[in-house]
Amino acid sequence: MPIHTETRTLLTIVTEGVVENLLLADLDRLGVRGYTITNARGSGAHGLRDANWDAATNIRVEIICARAQAENLIEFLREHYFANYAMVTFLHEVEVLRPEKF
Amino acid sequence: MQLDPVILFFLFGLAAGLLRSELKLPAALYDSLSIVLLLAIGLKGGEGLAQQALLPLLPQIGAVIVLCLIQTLLAFAILRGPGRFERADAAATAAHYGSVSVATFAVAVAWLAARGIAFEPQMAILLAIMEVPAILLGIILARGIRRETDWGKLGHEAFLGKGVTLLLGGMLIGWIAGPEGLAPIKGVFFDLFKGVLALFLLEMGLIVSRQMVELKRSGPFLIAFGLGMPLCSALLGLGVGTLLGFSTGGLTLLATLAASASYIAVPAAMRLAVPEAKPAISLAASLGVTFPFNILAGIPLYHWLASTVNRG
Repeated sequence: MPIHTETRTLLTIVTEGVVENLLLADLDRLGVRGYTITNARGSGAHGLRDANWDAATNIRVEIICARAQAENLIEFLREHYFANYAMVTFLHEVEVLRPEKF
Repeated sequence: MQLDPVILFFLFGLAAGLLRSELKLPAALYDSLSIVLLLAIGLKGGEGLAQQALLPLLPQIGAVIVLCLIQTLLAFAILRGPGRFERADAAATAAHYGSVSVATFAVAVAWLAARGIAFEPQMAILLAIMEVPAILLGIILARGIRRETDWGKLGHEAFLGKGVTLLLGGMLIGWIAGPEGLAPIKGVFFDLFKGVLALFLLEMGLIVSRQMVELKRSGPFLIAFGLGMPLCSALLGLGVGTLLGFSTGGLTLLATLAASASYIAVPAAMRLAVPEAKPAISLAASLGVTFPFNILAGIPLYHWLASTVNRG
């Protein structure tokens, strides 16, 4: 039996661990229904972020949603976070099972 | 002069970091060690407080709040004036210097203990109190009192951060349990204190080494500030402690607290409340200069000043 999938958009946000609670409150307000957070390490415009202690932690937040909502979220992040926080965002087309969840 | 082994651990971490060694402690260990240290300081303070009246503490609490506010304003004036910092950077860095560093306090406690010098048990409560006022004043200095600032959330952030929560929780447990109640857990929190502190300082050495690299970019003014500000603050702390009639041990600790600069609670709060301030500047000063200065040279100096004041 072929698997039925539908296309959704995966929005990935890599940012500073310190903004986690603030960001989650914003995502919640913007109607995000679910997300996954992992601790992350890396290097970029804000230098090495090796997660060795409080101020150097990074997180990666993944959200699967409709394309339009992902674009809204990015617009919001651009306005409120991009200027002052280390933040990288990107979009991916993904195939999901049980599309009603997203 | 003989160096405490905990200081040698710090120097070891610092050297390993500067030599770019592969040495790395797991982040979870750093977290666990800091939890044990905070609880141990809280428990010890609470245990002492159980044996004395609490009402006389109120004027002391008021006095240290004023001390923190003066330190923050002084640091802000120096950074804005001669330092020519932007407003947000000056306010955020000043808040670091108006607040306190628990690690520095822990080293001072170990330093006094190694020499058998007693101090007032309420120092732990003053430590918890002194974390907070500079955060709120720093935010006001950066942004003014604006209506859109969410003070409820910021207050929550400042008063219920990890450090203050653990200190006050430990103190409450120590106060309720008293010395006899604490006896069964003494092994973990009191007897192991120096060992935990040694490991913690090893990690601090590694962290500081990275800030020292950062320091090269920020120039001589920041280094001068990182050395001069703790000296001014220590004198202010000694003045307040003398007015409050503290013992030599208590004076040393209050001077150390005043001289110390936060590197956990304040950076996190400032990152959220004053996001345009550059965290690299404040951390380079507080971690790269002030922390090592205080634990290597400051504490013995403050103790010497304290004993001079108390003798005179």
